[in-house]
Amino acid sequence: MATSKVEGSSSLRHAFGGVLSVFILFLIGVVAFSIRLFSVIKYESVIHEFDPYFNYRVTQFLSKNGIYDFWNWFDDRTWYPLGRVIGGTVYPGLTLTAGTMWKLANSLNIPLSVETVCVFTAPIFSAFAAWATYLLTKEVKGPGAGITAAAILAMVPSYISRSVAGSYDNEAVAIFALIFTFYLYIKTLNTGSLFYATLNSLAYFYMVCSWGGYTFIINLIPMHVLLCIVTGRYSSRLYIAYAPLVVLGTLLAALVPVVGFNAVMTSEHFGSFLVFIIIHVVALVYYIKGILTPRLFKVATTLVLTVGIAVCAVVVAILVALVASSPTKGWSGRSLSLLDPTYASKYIPIIASVSEHQPPTWPSYFMDINVLAFLVPAGIVACFLPLSDASSFAVLYLVTSVYFSGVMVRLMLVLAPAACIMSGIALSEAFGVLTRSMKFHITKYFECSHTEAPAKLGESTSTESSAPLENMTKSDTTEKPEVARKEKVARRKQKKEKELTENAHVKPVSAKKERRPLVLPLEASIVSVFLLIVLGGLYVLHCVWAAAEAYSAPSIVLTSHSHDGLHVFDDFREAYAWLRHNTEVDDKVASWWDYGYQTTAMANRTVIVDNNTWNNTHIATVGTAMSSPEKAAWEIFNSLDVKYVLVVFGGLVGYPSDDINKFLWMVRIGGGVFPHIKEADYLKDGQYRVDAQATHTMLNCLMYKLSYYRFVETDGKGFDRVRRYEIGKKHFKLTHFEEVFTTHHWMVRIYKLKPQKNRIRGKSRKSKLGSKSTSSKSGGMTHKNPWN
Amino acid sequence: MVPSCHPSGPSHLVHNFSVFTCNACDLSFKYLFRLDLLTDLVVAKHARRLAISIPPRGRLSTLNDDAPPSHLTTTLPHRPAVHPLTFADRFSSRSKIVFHYLRCNLIYTKVPFNAQTTLVSALVFLFGSQTPPHTKIAPVEIQILKPYRAPSMAKQRPSLLLLLSLISLLLSPPPAFSFSDESPTARRILVLVDDLALRSSHSIFFDSLVSRGYQLEFKLADDPSLSLQRYGQFLYDGLVLFAPSVSRFGGSLDQSKVLEFVDAGHDLILAVDSNASDLVRGIATDSGADFDEDPEAVVIDHLSYAVSDADGDHTLIASDNLIKSNVILGDKAIEAPILFRGIGHSVNPANTLVLKALTASPSAYSANPKTKLSSPPSLTGSSISLVSVMQARNNARVLISGSLELFSNRFLRSSVQKAGSKTIYDKSGNEQFVTEAAKWVFHERGHLKAVNVKHNKVGETTEPGIYRINDDLEYSVEIYEWSGKRWEPYVADDVQVQFFMMSPYVLKTMSTNKKGLYSTSFKVPDVYGVFQFKVEYERLGYTSLSLAKQIPVRPFRHNEYERFIPAAFPYYAASFSTMGAFFIFSIVYLYHK
Repeated sequence: MATSKVEGSSSLRHAFGGVLSVFILFLIGVVAFSIRLFSVIKYESVIHEFDPYFNYRVTQFLSKNGIYDFWNWFDDRTWYPLGRVIGGTVYPGLTLTAGTMWKLANSLNIPLSVETVCVFTAPIFSAFAAWATYLLTKEVKGPGAGITAAAILAMVPSYISRSVAGSYDNEAVAIFALIFTFYLYIKTLNTGSLFYATLNSLAYFYMVCSWGGYTFIINLIPMHVLLCIVTGRYSSRLYIAYAPLVVLGTLLAALVPVVGFNAVMTSEHFGSFLVFIIIHVVALVYYIKGILTPRLFKVATTLVLTVGIAVCAVVVAILVALVASSPTKGWSGRSLSLLDPTYASKYIPIIASVSEHQPPTWPSYFMDINVLAFLVPAGIVACFLPLSDASSFAVLYLVTSVYFSGVMVRLMLVLAPAACIMSGIALSEAFGVLTRSMKFHITKYFECSHTEAPAKLGESTSTESSAPLENMTKSDTTEKPEVARKEKVARRKQKKEKELTENAHVKPVSAKKERRPLVLPLEASIVSVFLLIVLGGLYVLHCVWAAAEAYSAPSIVLTSHSHDGLHVFDDFREAYAWLRHNTEVDDKVASWWDYGYQTTAMANRTVIVDNNTWNNTHIATVGTAMSSPEKAAWEIFNSLDVKYVLVVFGGLVGYPSDDINKFLWMVRIGGGVFPHIKEADYLKDGQYRVDAQATHTMLNCLMYKLSYYRFVETDGKGFDRVRRYEIGKKHFKLTHFEEVFTTHHWMVRIYKLKPQKNRIRGKSRKSKLGSKSTSSKSGGMTHKNPWN
Repeated sequence: MVPSCHPSGPSHLVHNFSVFTCNACDLSFKYLFRLDLLTDLVVAKHARRLAISIPPRGRLSTLNDDAPPSHLTTTLPHRPAVHPLTFADRFSSRSKIVFHYLRCNLIYTKVPFNAQTTLVSALVFLFGSQTPPHTKIAPVEIQILKPYRAPSMAKQRPSLLLLLSLISLLLSPPPAFSFSDESPTARRILVLVDDLALRSSHSIFFDSLVSRGYQLEFKLADDPSLSLQRYGQFLYDGLVLFAPSVSRFGGSLDQSKVLEFVDAGHDLILAVDSNASDLVRGIATDSGADFDEDPEAVVIDHLSYAVSDADGDHTLIASDNLIKSNVILGDKAIEAPILFRGIGHSVNPANTLVLKALTASPSAYSANPKTKLSSPPSLTGSSISLVSVMQARNNARVLISGSLELFSNRFLRSSVQKAGSKTIYDKSGNEQFVTEAAKWVFHERGHLKAVNVKHNKVGETTEPGIYRINDDLEYSVEIYEWSGKRWEPYVADDVQVQFFMMSPYVLKTMSTNKKGLYSTSFKVPDVYGVFQFKVEYERLGYTSLSLAKQIPVRPFRHNEYERFIPAAFPYYAASFSTMGAFFIFSIVYLYHK
């Protein structure tokens, strides 16, 4: 081939392409960052939702008290009176990242507030995630696919929903860590370099620090290793990519306080250890195979197999015994609900009660990954033409994440990068084929007009056309130099290690060379390119719309458009500000756990339960109190030193995620621990309702009373706009609670526990006595003579 | 008239005064400042202008939350004061004042000047020794918002009271004391009568009160000018309601006002006779004593009547079933029976607040003596209470007597002989009974206070903000009893402290040094969480003490565990030897041919 001829122009082109790629990547980063700023522009620069408030509070603590105090932080303002050891129960990655960024900025005399840093952490890291996607996809299918995938990921709605400015949650940095870990794994796999393997462990450590989703990595990578072994793709590179990760990664993971010994003791990690054993066995087998003659090897195989099976049986028996001895079979509830989607709803209402733990609906797939859903199959096909270690990993990643996203809507976030990578590959390949055929037709046309020898063209097509085609492949996708480099590296390794196993890349590349490239007609190509561009445009439009309209609401401030303009509901902050300014510092506020983080962060008051649902009994206690009649509830709250009770009520403005709609979960969770609370008592014929048909228990429980107290005074009928009917019990008084604050739109209502009565009344019979004896007494107002 | 002071003002002033700027304005905290520092600093010269105000809660919510902290200013005048009115005069130097943290932008937002409660609408945080961990000290920029007016003492009082109540808040969560902590005995007493003749017919009782220093004010119960409070302040500390037949009070007084008076912590003596109106019955019922519902019924006892009533209908009872409590009835036992003529009442046994001070004998019953008994009487035997005392949860005390004559001179002076008994007493026990009971009701006895709650680690003296599990700590509290004139050490051997988190983890009886100091030491349990030191002291006749102090207990820090565990040395040896062996093996394998 004429490689040397093309060498000069190709390197220039390559350099130009490199600069262009960097520039494009920079722009992708800018897009990823700026598309997430809608929330700041449309609302304000605030922390969103629930968990971010906790992370924000932790970051504040970190920035003030330093890392050691953070590590040892015992928080006495949540989970009263149990408290929470925050340092040991929180994934510190996000906090440390933002804290470092804040410190860095401040040491450079950029006086940013902690809040600002927290708000913008997620957008910054989504830019990083886009670049990591580029690197990962480049390893899988070359830089063209990489850039496409990065561009797609920069604005995939699923990821935007978790990383808009202000959404300061673990996922913000964890997705970057996830992709980057995968990239380093693939990089190690492609190069067989221990350097990258070490980096891979460190990236894995960062992921463990950041998010509980690290178990996905430590299960996916072993699965891929197993897949490679099973399909006969074992190589020393695979060993180098995997073994250090397990050893170093597990050691590092055990350093994170929240993981600790779980890194070796829970079933989530067992898969990796099992594969670790298997890969050693396989390595041994390959080694023995290398030093023995085939005949001897056969003998050895039979010998080893009998012994090996016995040993395996013993090991498996021990493992099974170990696992069976633990009540949950060694799996945490969240992981179990991943494997068995019905597990949570059956056994753990507290997991099932979270909306983001529900299975997603079909529309939510379209909403969250849009056209990618159609491009992904094409990407899978592209991954199989030629199948390499890296592309098989991409496929495996996609398949598993599709399953997980089907279990929990929250894990759509893990699917998004996989879908982006696949779509990037698909788009890039499609563009590659189409532009190649267009170029081929155009060159053909030019050659026709220039040589004016149409007769010759016919015969030359078969011989010459392959040459420009090869060049085009090179320049379009710039895949070849990459592959060549890889080959070189791999060959060097091979020489060094004297290894006989063949580089996985050599085969497919050579196969590709021999395959006759697909050439499409010019018109079809042009139309297809146009359609693909339109498709991409639609995707961009959808993403921008989703970022601007659907995912930017901070959920502490709500807006609604109606015929008379924009309404802003800022009731949450109003209520928290009231608490902050009007209650004592040490007062305890009880509410359903959803509002725990916000109350501690915004109102700075002690809460009983919060969104870190680590103690089911404590939550069940609050749930029981909410589902009990007033007096029993008062006693429960009083025993917990609660001063104020906060309920969220949407009936006046039609805010659907209020406490009445969550109430059945309170009943279920409460009833799970305290059996006198029975769900059936709150349902009328299996239906949950609070209108006149509702059960007596429902109409007298604390939650109903606190939500609908004085509600009838608003419109005279007590029409609930969320449930869309009139409430069942309209006029009632509170005996043990008093209303102290209700926000402007009645969305948050705060009640105070009345103190115990100062006196105990005697047997009353007041009315009877009053009516009887006033009549008898009224006549004679004779004073008795005191002297007699 | 708006002087302003910049950091370049009087050097000692600027140097000593600082404002706590909280980095995060939405974090609030509470901490203590020692006032002696305050006096040391500037009070001598500038205290007159020094402002410590605690804005009423509720007003702050109107502040602009977004005011930048850079606008933080505080008011601190620098003009030399004309009168060195020092804070030291008003607070003893050892007092501690609780400052509740306020928004830094308080001054920026110009809280309205409230002459009644604040001196200057500003809060000056003084530079104390306990600098809170996350504050930084910023130089003061001073600006006066309002011209300063010298406050009269009357104006200062509320803020002073507010501080005191804050202190008491710290000590006991239900702030119950109506009287100043310094002197719990009631002083001003309103006596409501049906007939002013009562003043002379019951003069012995009243005179005994006057002789003990009470100021009595007699009024007819239907006096149209009757009022218990004015401008939100109660005019009296105690109420004697000797008006059984009044069916409606004069003025603004009614049943709920009387009960409100009690609920505000004031004392009440209520005596009725067979003529009791619904009004006074209602007051008694709300205090936990149910008078016989039959309006004609009186207590009759055919066995233990007073012999002077031998030929009558046995409604004059001589009872000696007194409550056995030296706290309520004094140390000296009452020998003579007590004469009683009036209506009986019952108390709910489940009611823990009411005590039967004088109980009828088992042969007594409550019925109309003039008619034949057609149905069994509703109240019989010793379930009939003749005189009850009630101590409300806020320690207000109420005495309910079914007989007004019990307090009369005639009964107090008369001799008594119980039917069936040979002994004739020259004088009935009534005088001693009513005097001692009145002493108890008006808090001359049995009133406890707990002060100086302290806790610290063994070997240290400062109070930590947090304990660690397994710390050894000391807890002490001083308990005094009011003797009517001064606070005297309370001596008992049954005062217990609980270390409490949902349930008591530690329950220890404290030892006393007989001078009022109770102390104990114990080990913090091996459980972390937010604990409370609780003293729940409820004894018959004494005011209830309920102290609760919250204290978090943290687990070990990461570097507080043992570094090396002796039992693990084999494992250390194993791992290090394996590492060493591997290292040697690698060298041998790689470089030894």
